[in-house]
Amino acid sequence: MTGLRTAQRVGAAALSALLAGGVLAACSSTSNKSAKTSAGNPPAGTSAAAPTGAGSSGGAAGAIKKGLKVYFIPKDTQNPYEVLADKGGQKALQELGGSVTVSSGTQDTAAAQLPSIQAAIQAHADAIVIAANDPSALCPSLNKAAQQGIKIVAFDSDIACGTSPNHLFINQADTKQIGTSEVDLLAKQINSEGQVAILSAAASATNQNAWIKYMKEQLKQYPKMKLVSTVYGNDDPATSLTVLQGLLSAYPNLKGIISPTTVGISTAAQYLDTHKDVAKRVTLTGLGLPSQMRKYIKDGTVQSFELWNPKDLGYLAGYAAASLASGTALQSGATFGSGALKKTYTMAQGDGELSVVLGPPTVFDKSNIDQFNF
Amino acid sequence: MSSDTAVRASSSAAPTGSGDGAAPPWRSVVRWEGGLVVVLAAVLLFGSIKSPHFTDASTLFYLGINTGYVAIMALPVTFVVMTGEIDLSVASMLGLSASTVGYLWHHGWSIWAAFGVALVVGAVGGALNGVLVAGFGLPSIAVTIGTLTLFRGLAEVMLGSLTIPTLGDRQFPSGLTDIGANSLPGSQLSWSMLIFLVLAVVFGVVLHYTALGRSMVAIGLQPEAAQFAGIRVRRIKFGLFVLSGVLSAFAGILDMLQQASVTYDIGTGLELNVVAIVLFGGVSIFGGRGTIVGVVLSVAIVGSLQMALTQINVSADKQNIVTGVLLLISVIVPNGGEALRRVRDRVRRRTVPRPR
Repeated sequence: MTGLRTAQRVGAAALSALLAGGVLAACSSTSNKSAKTSAGNPPAGTSAAAPTGAGSSGGAAGAIKKGLKVYFIPKDTQNPYEVLADKGGQKALQELGGSVTVSSGTQDTAAAQLPSIQAAIQAHADAIVIAANDPSALCPSLNKAAQQGIKIVAFDSDIACGTSPNHLFINQADTKQIGTSEVDLLAKQINSEGQVAILSAAASATNQNAWIKYMKEQLKQYPKMKLVSTVYGNDDPATSLTVLQGLLSAYPNLKGIISPTTVGISTAAQYLDTHKDVAKRVTLTGLGLPSQMRKYIKDGTVQSFELWNPKDLGYLAGYAAASLASGTALQSGATFGSGALKKTYTMAQGDGELSVVLGPPTVFDKSNIDQFNF
Repeated sequence: MSSDTAVRASSSAAPTGSGDGAAPPWRSVVRWEGGLVVVLAAVLLFGSIKSPHFTDASTLFYLGINTGYVAIMALPVTFVVMTGEIDLSVASMLGLSASTVGYLWHHGWSIWAAFGVALVVGAVGGALNGVLVAGFGLPSIAVTIGTLTLFRGLAEVMLGSLTIPTLGDRQFPSGLTDIGANSLPGSQLSWSMLIFLVLAVVFGVVLHYTALGRSMVAIGLQPEAAQFAGIRVRRIKFGLFVLSGVLSAFAGILDMLQQASVTYDIGTGLELNVVAIVLFGGVSIFGGRGTIVGVVLSVAIVGSLQMALTQINVSADKQNIVTGVLLLISVIVPNGGEALRRVRDRVRRRTVPRPR
């Protein structure tokens, strides 16, 4: 009897071990598969990358090492925007004959990113490309990685670690460019004349205010366009809608609205979509997500809006990481090629941090909206 | 609470009905730990086969960094669970303590004074749990879910969106933050893991070799009987909640130093990892049963599993699945075995009537 019961217990323990083992085996096989596909591809893009470096500094793009291991550590593993960036990075390393491992937590916390940094250190990765959940909490770990020769590249959200470690930040778009290009985009659609307004997020949002400052400056180029009001929707759909309605009734002759926030532009687009009479006279543009705006682009409510392309961002980060890992110096004035982006990037001290700017934001309209699913 | 324990007490007496004499209670515990050893061996084997870096010495160091401070919280929670209660506020207390240090540091305090205040905060928070549970007899699961939210809220009020050290702050003393970067001289043991191991020995001795430890077991098995036997049930429970608060605060200090920074959301959600470690270690959720050896084995399993999975790049969401499965196993297997036996006994009684 006792023997039988013991056998049962042992069986149960063995079962639990099996169960745990089974789960693990299932998981690991999928991750191995993806690792192989990213590593095994021929370096098709290297030849394409070489000519781009020829312009200014020949050595920059030519000497990328083969078999580089780059860890992409996004804010978390589900964020659709960063999943696209990771894909861009994978494409870049595929072209360069290296491989990308994407690793992060499920929550947007610095602590959740630490195990991924450790894994990169243990795997003797050549570079880490990270979108930091916290500007300073990751510094000690990243510094440790840097001390072991791992190059550090940040994108989307920068780290502020001073010189420990030194790193390169891939800036999605510079502040001035975002401000001026949105005004240009609207001007093109309303023939550079009429009353315009801005629908922003919170009145205290640093990035919004910086963009608005440059918008105002750029508006001086268009004497017939008059900025009548700036309203704040606090990145909340209900508030955005209320202030939008107030704006429309206060300025019946309003011709254009710029909303440099994804919440604002999608709320406004939805309103215009259901109020065709208003949509006929008011033109909307700004910064939006293609997934949220697709419907309104297709039915003509919105002609165009812009945002940087996260896939290009990751792609450029991949090239930057590979170049640094191949010996490109981490200093102001150093250059590297960027494959399909067909441009040689030069590192510069921007805001005290060594960085490069991806380029002007991508404009989304009927012709390209279907290529983007973030 | 009391009806629960009564039911369980009668069910644990039931197997003797099958007539072969009750197995001594420690037998089932030994068997669970035996199972854990097998699982640990399987995890280590799995890790060393699947990951080329699992056998690197640094794996032990990182395991200590990632798991040590969580494991420290598991010890007092083991005691609390032994007495039939639970403390879900530990991770929030970790956050409150670390945020307190951060707040004081930001306002120019010395680091040691800030540590002292943080530990006092831990004791006060633990005492709040203790008064509500032991003093007013409120259910610990509800009380500690309440303080879970309360402590985290206080931490958020203190730090807001700040990361300490923020711009213009002093850096934390590098001699202290080094515990997150360097192992103990001449080994791959992290400081937090060493502290856990020392504490584990102390907790093991207290639980298994002292009157206080026996009292906790008695409280967990039968609070009323323990009360009548002269055990100061309420005082012990109160003391355990205070202990839990203090050690969670201490874990917060360790975590903060390891990261060399603190935000109010530090350690969010870790209470589930702590409970998973404790239950998977064989501590009965109903109280009265469990060993520190089991908890230590459980820490080793959970820690090395996490290392192995991260090294072979299993995403964190899939790792959560593993934690969930472990939790389920630790609840289903011991209780499922008992239920099975009851069914079997009933069937047997029906088919072969026992001569009386």
